[in-house]
Amino acid sequence: MLKTFPKGGVHPKENKFSAGKPIEKLELPKQVSIPVSQHLGAPAEPVVAKGDVVKAGQLIAKSTGFVSANIHSSVSGKVAKIDKVLDTTGYKQTCIVIDVEGDEWVDTIDKSVEIKNNTDISADEIRTKVSACGIVGLGGATFPTHVKLSVPAGKTCKYLIINAVECEPYLTSDHQLMMEKGEEILIGSKLIQKAIGAEKVFIGIENNKPDAISHMTELSKKFENIEVNALKVKYPQGGEKQLIKSITKREVPSGGLPIDVGCVVQNVGTAFAVYEAIIKNKPLFERVVTVTGKSVQKPSNILARIGTPIHMLIEAAGGLPEDTGKIVNGGPMMGKAVSSVTVPVTKGTSGILIFPESLADRAETFTCIRCGRCTTVCPMGLEPFQLKNMTAAKMYEELQKERALDCMECGSCVYTCPAGVPLLDYIRLGKANLNKILRAKKS
Amino acid sequence: MEIILNTLISLSILGVVCAVILYVVAQKFKVVEDPRIDESQACLPGANCGGCGYPGCRGFAEACVKADSLDGLFCPAGGNEVMKKVAEVLGMAAVEKDPQIAVVRCNGSHEKRRKTTNYQGPTSCAVSHSLYGGDTDCPYGCLGLGDCVKACTFDAIIIDEESGLPIVDEEKCTSCGACVKACPKAIIEIRDKGKKSRRIYVSCINNDKGAEAKRACDVACIGCGKCAKVCAYDAITIENFLAYIDYEKCKLCRKCVAECPTGSILELNFPPRKETVAQKEAEINEVEK
Repeated sequence: MLKTFPKGGVHPKENKFSAGKPIEKLELPKQVSIPVSQHLGAPAEPVVAKGDVVKAGQLIAKSTGFVSANIHSSVSGKVAKIDKVLDTTGYKQTCIVIDVEGDEWVDTIDKSVEIKNNTDISADEIRTKVSACGIVGLGGATFPTHVKLSVPAGKTCKYLIINAVECEPYLTSDHQLMMEKGEEILIGSKLIQKAIGAEKVFIGIENNKPDAISHMTELSKKFENIEVNALKVKYPQGGEKQLIKSITKREVPSGGLPIDVGCVVQNVGTAFAVYEAIIKNKPLFERVVTVTGKSVQKPSNILARIGTPIHMLIEAAGGLPEDTGKIVNGGPMMGKAVSSVTVPVTKGTSGILIFPESLADRAETFTCIRCGRCTTVCPMGLEPFQLKNMTAAKMYEELQKERALDCMECGSCVYTCPAGVPLLDYIRLGKANLNKILRAKKS
Repeated sequence: MEIILNTLISLSILGVVCAVILYVVAQKFKVVEDPRIDESQACLPGANCGGCGYPGCRGFAEACVKADSLDGLFCPAGGNEVMKKVAEVLGMAAVEKDPQIAVVRCNGSHEKRRKTTNYQGPTSCAVSHSLYGGDTDCPYGCLGLGDCVKACTFDAIIIDEESGLPIVDEEKCTSCGACVKACPKAIIEIRDKGKKSRRIYVSCINNDKGAEAKRACDVACIGCGKCAKVCAYDAITIENFLAYIDYEKCKLCRKCVAECPTGSILELNFPPRKETVAQKEAEINEVEK
């Protein structure tokens, strides 16, 4: 029997149109807008000014705390302005806008494609380099990676789990990355393993990617203590806590972190970025983005520089279809609709989905009929309909008691609700307000 | 017969014993409450709106009784009249305040602020605000989903269907400030009602640069500063490409209203302006053309 997590989960249609499409390098844009806040935590502080000439890979905004990340220029050229630009959050955020001139990289970056397996580097050095290169979790949550690599005192890490589940429908960027950069990912995993002192590395891949499973299993034979696990297809298996449960049968306590049960989870994309940072000295300034949709002419996996406006990616995938109703940044389950095609690609952009009008509209909302489906599918064992009602009634103490903060916003409840109740919209608001209250209490 | 008698006697004894216990307990744990709390509460409107900053009218009455003077204690819903009554009950001097009113600082109706996206989420400003900047290009403007309407306990705000903006009913608004707290965009402000309810304010809170603000909305404040230049009383300040009129300094001369190139400064309850001779001539010329 294939491994999976026991509680809840849904089975959305996979629709992986861009599976098997080789990663294409996108041509350079004329101008990039690089937001200074592409990660969870404090925004970075710009260290360049208007008129400065920068090279690709040069530090342009410095991290402002432990939970923060450096931002590097993704192109070479001149800083046109530092201004507020609409980005994927739906708000105008401070961005460093650079006019592209040529493609000159910082000298220290090793541009060769040859794979080097050089893990002769200390754990501290790995952490420092990862932090300097501005690497964040590329699965979508964009949590600064160096924070995860710093195991707190008194805790030990037994397993490193590489998240190659890609449970979101439509997305194929991680899948394709494994097929093309498998060995690099494994070396990156080894480096992360060294940094956190884990005994074993597990790579979790869902069973709908048999080619990736066999490819990675074959490659992993070259390395010690790496095991590839095939997992049963179920959304949201890519959730950190679900993946740990699936692979190790350990359960992260409510409000706890994976490290509390001796695990650290990293995305495959992150493992690849760590490889590039340590071995090739290359900061994180480009990423693989899946551009897909039902009526997209040429669904593709595109390697794009951070800050590229998404319309360029859409053009590379055959242009915007006529019947477009909605463009989503991220996966269809957890992604967010964008309000303009000029928004830039950020470190967290795993996909750009183009939905036709027929799929763009939300379902009509009826009254909750208390069928309990949302409770059945919630992978965290919560009661979404209750959380929604409590938020609407501003019952924040009860929200906390019902463990609303454990919700990871996977959207399974909304997906399954027969009455089309916007559960997640309210739960998200409730969580935000509750967090605000808790923070105010603390200070 | 005996059974009935016994029952009657035992129950009566039980009743007397219980009564004695209740009496003793009631005397022992008696809460002596200042009768003035009830009296002053009776003067208050009883809407429990929380506009005074205390939990309900009872909380406010208690605070009034405890306080040495009524400084800083004011019931916005009741206004000066109610506060005079409360002061009488407590034998203190009432502190008079100018009447205030909630003012919606967004004038971007559907016509003037075009929609650029289609919002299909729940009808709640708070939810929409948590998702993105709003369905127009102005991330500061009114979302029109009525969180202020829901928050108002006096039915003083409605959303106008034609413009999609909230309208404050001058008669009903008590300036309790519930809508101010409910608005996630912080558009609503409590301002002095002004003499004869006449007031002037900048109906915009867009902090973007002029060109950007104007692109999103025809009646946005572009921060040009013309109003500040023309104001003789230093009532207008410009910060972050946005003008703000200090209602305490404003003398309601209306010069700024005429000066504003985008029409983002509103004047309310003023008599119509007298047309100048030049304006009339211009109009006549236009008609003739």
